[in-house]
Amino acid sequence: MHNKTITELAKDLRAGEYSSVELTQTYLDRIKQHQNLNCFITVAEEQALINAKIADEQLAKGATNLLTGIPIAQKDIFCTQGIKTSCGSKMLDNFTAPYDATVIEKFNTSGAVMLGKLNMDEFAMGSSNETSFYGAVKNPWDINTVPGGSSGGSAAAVAARLSPAVTGTDTGGSIRQPASLCGITGLKPTYGRVSRYGMIAFASSLDQGGPMARSAEDAAILLQTMAGFDTKDSTSVDKAVPDYSAGLTNSLKGLKIGIPKEFFSEELNTDVAAVIETAIDEYKKLGAEIKQVSLPNMKLAIPAYYVIASAECSANLSRYDGVRFGYRCDQPDDLNDLYIRSRGEAFGSEVKRRILMGTYALSAGYYDAYYIKAQKVRRLISEDFSKALSDVDVLMGPVAPSPAFGIGEKTDDPIEMYLADMYTIAINLAGLPAMSIPAGFVDNKPVGLQIIGNYFTEDHLLNIAHQYQQVSDWHKQTPKGFE
Amino acid sequence: MEWETVIGLEIHAQMATKSKIFSAASTAYGAEPNTQACAVDLGLPGVLPVLNQDAVRMAVKFGMAIEAEVADHSVFARKNYFYPDLPKGYQISQMELPIVGEGYLDIEVDGETKRIGVTRAHLEEDAGKSLHEDFHGLTGIDLNRAGTPLLEIVSEPDMRSAQEAVAYMRKIHELVRYLEICDGNMQEGSFRCDANVSVRPKGQEEYGTRAELKNINSFKFVEKAINIEVERQIDLIEAGGSVVQETRLYDADKNETRSMRSKEEANDYRYFPDPDLLPVEITDALRAQVKADLPELPTAKKLRFKDQYNQDEETATTLTSSRLLADFFEAVVKESGCEAKLCSNWVTGNFLGALNKANLEINDSPINHQRFAGLLKRIADNTISGKIAKQVFDALWESDATADEIIEKQGLKQITDTGAIEAIIDKIIADNPNQVEQYLSGKDKVFGFFVGQAMKATQGKVNPAEVNKMLKDKLKR
Repeated sequence: MHNKTITELAKDLRAGEYSSVELTQTYLDRIKQHQNLNCFITVAEEQALINAKIADEQLAKGATNLLTGIPIAQKDIFCTQGIKTSCGSKMLDNFTAPYDATVIEKFNTSGAVMLGKLNMDEFAMGSSNETSFYGAVKNPWDINTVPGGSSGGSAAAVAARLSPAVTGTDTGGSIRQPASLCGITGLKPTYGRVSRYGMIAFASSLDQGGPMARSAEDAAILLQTMAGFDTKDSTSVDKAVPDYSAGLTNSLKGLKIGIPKEFFSEELNTDVAAVIETAIDEYKKLGAEIKQVSLPNMKLAIPAYYVIASAECSANLSRYDGVRFGYRCDQPDDLNDLYIRSRGEAFGSEVKRRILMGTYALSAGYYDAYYIKAQKVRRLISEDFSKALSDVDVLMGPVAPSPAFGIGEKTDDPIEMYLADMYTIAINLAGLPAMSIPAGFVDNKPVGLQIIGNYFTEDHLLNIAHQYQQVSDWHKQTPKGFE
Repeated sequence: MEWETVIGLEIHAQMATKSKIFSAASTAYGAEPNTQACAVDLGLPGVLPVLNQDAVRMAVKFGMAIEAEVADHSVFARKNYFYPDLPKGYQISQMELPIVGEGYLDIEVDGETKRIGVTRAHLEEDAGKSLHEDFHGLTGIDLNRAGTPLLEIVSEPDMRSAQEAVAYMRKIHELVRYLEICDGNMQEGSFRCDANVSVRPKGQEEYGTRAELKNINSFKFVEKAINIEVERQIDLIEAGGSVVQETRLYDADKNETRSMRSKEEANDYRYFPDPDLLPVEITDALRAQVKADLPELPTAKKLRFKDQYNQDEETATTLTSSRLLADFFEAVVKESGCEAKLCSNWVTGNFLGALNKANLEINDSPINHQRFAGLLKRIADNTISGKIAKQVFDALWESDATADEIIEKQGLKQITDTGAIEAIIDKIIADNPNQVEQYLSGKDKVFGFFVGQAMKATQGKVNPAEVNKMLKDKLKR
């Protein structure tokens, strides 16, 4: 049953082929069996089985929500009442939230069964899942390589069939890049589409939660539950949520696809480029028209992003001070010692690096040169996208410049690591929705195609992804040993 | 050398919202520590602020009342610093784009009117409280106050004496209570101020270096703190020293100011727009709504009182010093139908006196305007004399009875039967032949004796004017 889609599982549960308890147990067993991947920080075995039992009762009473009884897993960035939420950090290793994130609440209401909390880069800062306090996650396609990050545990868990679908969050590519590296389908919604309440903040103006699944069809089901306005998040947008599954089968005839030339820069691995070009050719066969477009300011995205995201994180992470919750150092001498040692001992080096960069960028005398300038660049980048998307329906290109790289390969060179997100970051700065879908392999490692749409066109993106998945089977490939 | 003092004030007025500025927790004062701090106030991971629209309305109201420009678009910013009672490690405040722009307020000092500029007013959240007692050398943190909405009202450096500063602070205090946007309670910290104080040689245009006096919470202390600081600065300069820019604390016990931190040690707050909150947009609809809600302001009310009720400057000032008192006065006038002068005499006299003595607010007065009017009616129609009226007032204060019930029960009704009064007077004249003799021989002072006797015989229940007239008539014959 672990190779079935959510739609198939939902059908089987209703047909009495197996119960939610049996299904949940199957996944719990697989999680245990593949512990070496290190996908989970917390497995909520006991609660999962209790909730599966409740779901079975609901199903018996005719529950109509497709997610009722379906096991899913949550990135450990979403606060879960009563179950530890660590955000991949030693700082929150002892933290259990007294509330559920809005996303969690919505999944609970749907009757989905939470298997546990997924490993991630510390505070979502990383592109390889190597900054996690709980250790690196291994890519099931090649356990010597990284799964990408920061939603590395999420992507690896879906690829290894440890959960039918999961959640991730994307600040600069954290859903799309690991989805690409692990050969799964990931969607970063428009900023404001999914509530951020209870989702631990990295960079508030960029963070967005979204679904990660085997297919666009499954991603649509998850997004349906996740999306919507939330009075608890002032930046969520009060806009009706469409039926994401309804338009999946629409024809792509006449679809206008823009190919930004900046996506095919010299940094792009030529084999990856070939995979992307082949995928785009496939869209031509589906009736799409291709047009070259340009995003002239895209090269400025990485520096602008690292100023803005770091500035926001430097303030967002100030609350971790050892005073009210989280890690506190032993026997502080005084207040300063409490701050310095609690933060010094519990934050990892990547988190510290970003806090320092952000603090610097906001400092008196540097604010205009860094923060204000980065905001101007951000506007220019948004304008580039608006312009490009006024001529075409969507943009397509690679998600990452290369397939999965080796564990430890880039950990000593932060700049090299930051380049892993060179094709995803600009989309966050503009706040647009984008997907990564499996489009082929390079050296037996998955490669994702990125599809970028205009604001609040998630339904269209899912339709475009789904149509490709009707004529390709990249998304159905399973890594060896996880069949 | 002659010195000139330059003062600017930053007043923090707590907005009278029921819940906090960014969370649903209550703002009520005096609860057990940390019982009114929710996840948002505690700064737990993942929680987000949601702006309280009532706080926005109140700030807009203030802006309109000081004729300031209320911004169409204002922005919340994060002010970053570490302190244990600041849960998020930043305070949500406003920096570049405050909600209220430039406005002004007129103050009166020694009969002169002076205009004080208000630079800006912005919304922000309060921090919690550090408790240094009772924790055996440790510090306790109470976050009930964290997230309480404050309006920080920043003045121009337009004041030239402690007296002017106090007048300005009083004026703002009166205004925010009038607008019902702040309870003005200074003991509970709902209204407090920082004073920027500097001195310069008279005639010099350039400002001297200023010291900031922090967190002063009474009018008396503001005056004392400024005066002592001015003295310190002048002494320092005259002794050849110079003032350093720093934050100072006023110690009321020792009546001195002490250095807290100098500019060099000051924080770099690294303000930047808070990405969790959208810019605040003030719509025309909201402006119209607030404008319609705007009460008559103190200055306008005072002018109207002088005109409509024929009050002198001092009485009009007293009556309009609080909106509740002014409302009470007008309700009494309306209810009683009496002359305004009689009403104001009684309201500013016995009534305020009794409230002050009992340390009560108008809201808590044991006498409401209806019962008060009942008393005044009986004075106006001569049912009771002024002297008896004081006795009835005391009884009103102590019981729930009406003036009429008290007058009836205690038999305080003035004797209006002229025959009865005449009989009493005739008897007094008959009983005191010596005094009659003296009076008739020209000793006018003795007249008072007869009045006294008459009042005594009637227990004050006669109209003194009536008695006077009758006595004069009888003694002439």
